[in-house]
Amino acid sequence: MEHKNWQDFKGGAWQNEINVRDFIQQNYTEYKGDEAFLAPATERTNALMKKVQSLFALERQFGGVLDIDTATVSSLKSYSPGYIDKDNEIIVGLQTNRPLKRGVNPFGGMRMVRQACEAYGYKLSNKVEEEFRYRTTHNDGVYRAYTDEMRQARRCHVITGLPDAYGRGRIIGDYRRVALYGVDKLIAEKKKDKQKLADATFDTEQIRQDEELYQQIAFLGYMKEMAAMYGFDISEPAKDAREAIQWTYFAYLGAIKEQNGAAMSLGRVSTFFDIYIERDIARGVLTEEGAQELMDDFVIKLRMARHLRTPEYNELFGGDPMWITEAVGGMGEDGRTLVTKSSFRVLHTLYTLGSSPEPNLTVLWAQGLPEGFKKYCAKVSIDTDSIQYENDDLMRPIYGDDYAIACCVSAMKVGKQMQFFGARCNLAKLLLIAINGGYDTSTNMAIGPRMDVMQGDTLSYDEVMRRMEEYMAWLCHLYVNTMNVIHYMHDKYAYEKTQMALHDTSVERFMAFGVAGLSVVADSLSAIKYAKVHPIRNSEGYITDFNTEGNFPKFGNDDDRVDLMARDLTHRMITELRKTPAYRNAIHTLSVLTITSNVMYGKNTGATPDGRKNTEPFAPGANPMHNREENGALASLNSVAKISYDDCRDGISNTFSITPAALGRDDMERKNNLVTILDGYFGQMAHHINVNVLNRETLMDAYENPEKYPNLTIRVSGYAVNFNKLSREQQREVISRTFHEAV
Amino acid sequence: MTGRVHSFQSLGTLDGPGVRFVAFLQGCPLRCGCCHNPDTWDVHGGTEYTAQEVVQRAKRCRAYWGKEGGITLSGGEPLLQRAFAAEIFRLCRAENINTCLDTSGCVAAQLCEDVLKNTDRVLLDIKYTQEALYRDHVGCEMQQALDFLSYLNEKKIPVTLRQVIIPSLTDTEENVLALLGIARKHPCVDKIELLPFRKICQTKYDMMGIAFPFGHLPEPDSARVEALRRLLGEYGG
Repeated sequence: MEHKNWQDFKGGAWQNEINVRDFIQQNYTEYKGDEAFLAPATERTNALMKKVQSLFALERQFGGVLDIDTATVSSLKSYSPGYIDKDNEIIVGLQTNRPLKRGVNPFGGMRMVRQACEAYGYKLSNKVEEEFRYRTTHNDGVYRAYTDEMRQARRCHVITGLPDAYGRGRIIGDYRRVALYGVDKLIAEKKKDKQKLADATFDTEQIRQDEELYQQIAFLGYMKEMAAMYGFDISEPAKDAREAIQWTYFAYLGAIKEQNGAAMSLGRVSTFFDIYIERDIARGVLTEEGAQELMDDFVIKLRMARHLRTPEYNELFGGDPMWITEAVGGMGEDGRTLVTKSSFRVLHTLYTLGSSPEPNLTVLWAQGLPEGFKKYCAKVSIDTDSIQYENDDLMRPIYGDDYAIACCVSAMKVGKQMQFFGARCNLAKLLLIAINGGYDTSTNMAIGPRMDVMQGDTLSYDEVMRRMEEYMAWLCHLYVNTMNVIHYMHDKYAYEKTQMALHDTSVERFMAFGVAGLSVVADSLSAIKYAKVHPIRNSEGYITDFNTEGNFPKFGNDDDRVDLMARDLTHRMITELRKTPAYRNAIHTLSVLTITSNVMYGKNTGATPDGRKNTEPFAPGANPMHNREENGALASLNSVAKISYDDCRDGISNTFSITPAALGRDDMERKNNLVTILDGYFGQMAHHINVNVLNRETLMDAYENPEKYPNLTIRVSGYAVNFNKLSREQQREVISRTFHEAV
Repeated sequence: MTGRVHSFQSLGTLDGPGVRFVAFLQGCPLRCGCCHNPDTWDVHGGTEYTAQEVVQRAKRCRAYWGKEGGITLSGGEPLLQRAFAAEIFRLCRAENINTCLDTSGCVAAQLCEDVLKNTDRVLLDIKYTQEALYRDHVGCEMQQALDFLSYLNEKKIPVTLRQVIIPSLTDTEENVLALLGIARKHPCVDKIELLPFRKICQTKYDMMGIAFPFGHLPEPDSARVEALRRLLGEYGG
C-alpha cells in the first residue's frame, strides 16, 4: 500500500500491516552527538507557558482543583473544544472545554466521583446521578462478586489500593498508529479482524472479543469526530511533523477523555516523531527552533492533563499524578541506538518549559547508549531531578525494541501487550498476621487461617518461616481471585475502547501483582535469625511489639545474608501467585513498587521485629529502610540489584537521593560520576532507579516555605512529583529518607 | 593479614579520581584541631578485617568505577597500619585496581616502601605551610610531611596536595602561595585541592564527650574558598 503522505519514507512491512516498529526501524536517524544543537524556547512558547504557569498557580490557590464540570460525563465528544490560547497553540486539544477543568468519569464507580466532587466543594449534578442510576459501574460489579474474605482483606489493609472503584489504567495505546495510518485504515483492519471471528466457535471469549471489537470500532469513529471538532480530519495519515504530533496527541487525548485510569502512559513517541521532523527539516519546511516548538507545545498539553481524585486516592498516589510515561532512548535489536535528536528534544523541555513531574520521562539506559546522550541525561538529572532510568539491556531481550513503560516500571510491547493492574499486598502485615496466627492487631480482625499465637520468649526463625509460607499461600490465592473479579468487571463495565482499539486484536495480557514492605520483612527475618527477637504481648495475648536484642545484617549494605532473604521472598511470592490461574490467561507478574503508599502502608501496620515502630512508614519500593545503610550508596544499590527481574517482571523500583557534594566536586565530575554509577548499577542487571541530586535542607526549606518553591520536582517511587503537592506526612517521609552525603 | 577498619564508603567521589571505594582505617597519631573523624583516632577501635576481605568488598563496586575509579585508603592515618595497607594494595595491584592513599605524610616514607610501591596516587594532606602551626595544631613536624613528599617525588608517584581552609589559619593568599611553592618544587604534584573546614563533626565530638578544638572557628564562606582556588592555576584541575 502507498499513500501520498508517506512520500520520502523508506518502505517495508509497515506498509502492508499495522507495524509501527518496522516503520521506525526503516526510517529513523540515529544521533550520537551531544546537546549543542538544541534550540531555546521561542517567544511564542514562553508567552504560552506564562499563561500555563498562572493557571497552575490559580489551581494551587484553589486547593489543587481549579474547576469541575459536574454535569457532563467525560468522553471523547462530550465537551466543546478547549484552548489555552487558541491563536498561539500549535498542538491543540484539552480534556474538557476549559484548561485544568476536570471532568467526571463515573464508569469506574459513582462513590469516588461523588466524594471527589464533595472534597473540593462541588456536588455531582442530578443529571449525572440520574444517568447512572440505571447503569452498572465497574465498582458495582466488583462488589456484587467480592467474597467476604476479599472484603476483609481489603478492610484490614493486607491487600490495598486495588483498582475496584476507578479506572485500572496501566494500558498504553499505540497512539502513534493514528499518525502513521490514519483512523480509517485502523477501522478497516479492525473490521477485518471482526469478520475473521465470525468463522470461530462462539464461546465466552469469542463473544466478548466480538463485542469489544464493535466498541473499538465505534470509539475510533468518535476519535475522528473529536478531532473534527478541533478542525482536523484524522482519517488519513499525518502529512508532516506537526500533524504527526497532533494526530498522536488526539489519540492520547481520546484515551484520557474516556478513561480515568491510575496510570495513563504515553508509550514511546519521541523517536517516532523524529522521523517526521527529520523529513520536514530535509524538505526545508522546519527549523530546529520549529522542531523544539512542536515538542514544547505537545509537552505543554501533556502537563495540562488531570483526573478528578478523592483525598484517599491521593494518600496512595500523592501529587496528582497521571503517569504520562514516555520511554526515551534505548537500543535497537540490530545494535543501533534508538536515540535521536528528538530524544534530546523531549528531555530539553525540562529547560524550555522548566522542570516538571509530567510527562514521566523515563530513560531506557543501555551500556551501548552514545556517550553524549548519557552525559546529557546525567546533566538533566542533576539539574532537574525529573527523570528516571530503566535498564534497556535487561528488558530488550524480553520485550524487543519497541516496548514502553506503563506507570513507573511496567514494561510492555507497545500495542501488543497490556496489563491488569493489581496494586499491592502488605508483606509486613502478612508477617505479623502469621506470627499472631491469623489476627491483625492494627484493625483487631481475624483474617486468614487460624493458628495459635506464636509461643515462647524468643521468635524461632524456622517457625516464622513455616508460618510465612502457609500465610503467603493463603494470601496469594486470595489475591489472584480478587484481581480476577476486578478485571472481569472492569472489562465488562468499563472496557478501554479507545486504548484497546490501538492494540492488535490478539493481545498478550499480564496480571501485575505487587508487594510493599519488602525491606521491612527482610530486615525482620534477619533480626529473627541473627539477633534475638522477644515478642511483647498485649492483654489479649496477641503480639503487638518486639524487643530486639543484638545486631543483625540489614538490607542495603550489600550483605548476602539478608539481601538473599529479600530476593527469596519475591521468588516465593511469584511462585505462589502462579498457582492460581489469572483471568483471561494473563501472565502473572510482580512488582516491588509503592508509589507514595509506603506511608499509608506503614500507618496501617504494627511494630515489626526489625525495630520499625508501630505506624512508621515503610521504605518506598524496593528501597532499604531509611538510614540503615552503613556503607554508602553503592552498597545500597548492590543490595537492590540482587532482587531478580525474572521474579519481578513488573518492575523493581529504587529511589536514590544524593547530595550534589557527594556526587563530585564540580558539574563535570558529577555528570561523569553519575554516568559511571548508572552504568555500574545497570551492568549488574538492576531494573530501575530514580535519581535525585539535592540537599535535604532544600526540602526542609520547601516544607516550611512552599511559596518559594512552586516548581520543585523530586523523584519518588517510580514517578516524579511536585513536592508541594504531597501531603505534609508524605513530605516528612521524603525528608526522612536516606540522603547519601559526602563524609 | 588483618587490620582495623573504622568504616567503608562504597561511593567516594572526593578522595581521588572518579568513583572510589574508600576504606577508613582505624588509628591516627595526630590530633589536628580541624579533624572531622575523631572516632578514627583510637588504634584499638574499629572492626578487624583481613586485607582479602577489604579488597573483596571493594570489588563488589568495581562495576561503578569506570575508567578512573578504584580504591582509596584513608583514615585515621592509614600508614599507621602500613603492613595491612601494603597487603591491601598488593592485592589490588594484582587485580589491576587503581589505588589511592590519603595520608598526612607524618610517617617516615622509607618505612612505607611496601605500600608506596603499589600506590597509584597519594593524596597528601599538608596541614599548614608554617612549622609553628604544625607544632601547635597537629602534633608533628612539617618537615616530616615535606620529607615524605620528597620521597614521593623521587619515586615519581603522582600526588594531589590537599589542605583544609580554616578561617584565621589557612585562608590567606600568602598561605596558598606557599602551598603552590611547595608544589612547584616537586614535579610529582599535579593537583592541589583546597577543602573548606566543616563543622558537621561537632556531633561526633559531643557523642565522644571531648572538646572540638576548632569548634570556636567559623566555616569559611564559599566565595572566599573560590577566590583562593583561583590562585591555583594549572594545579586547580
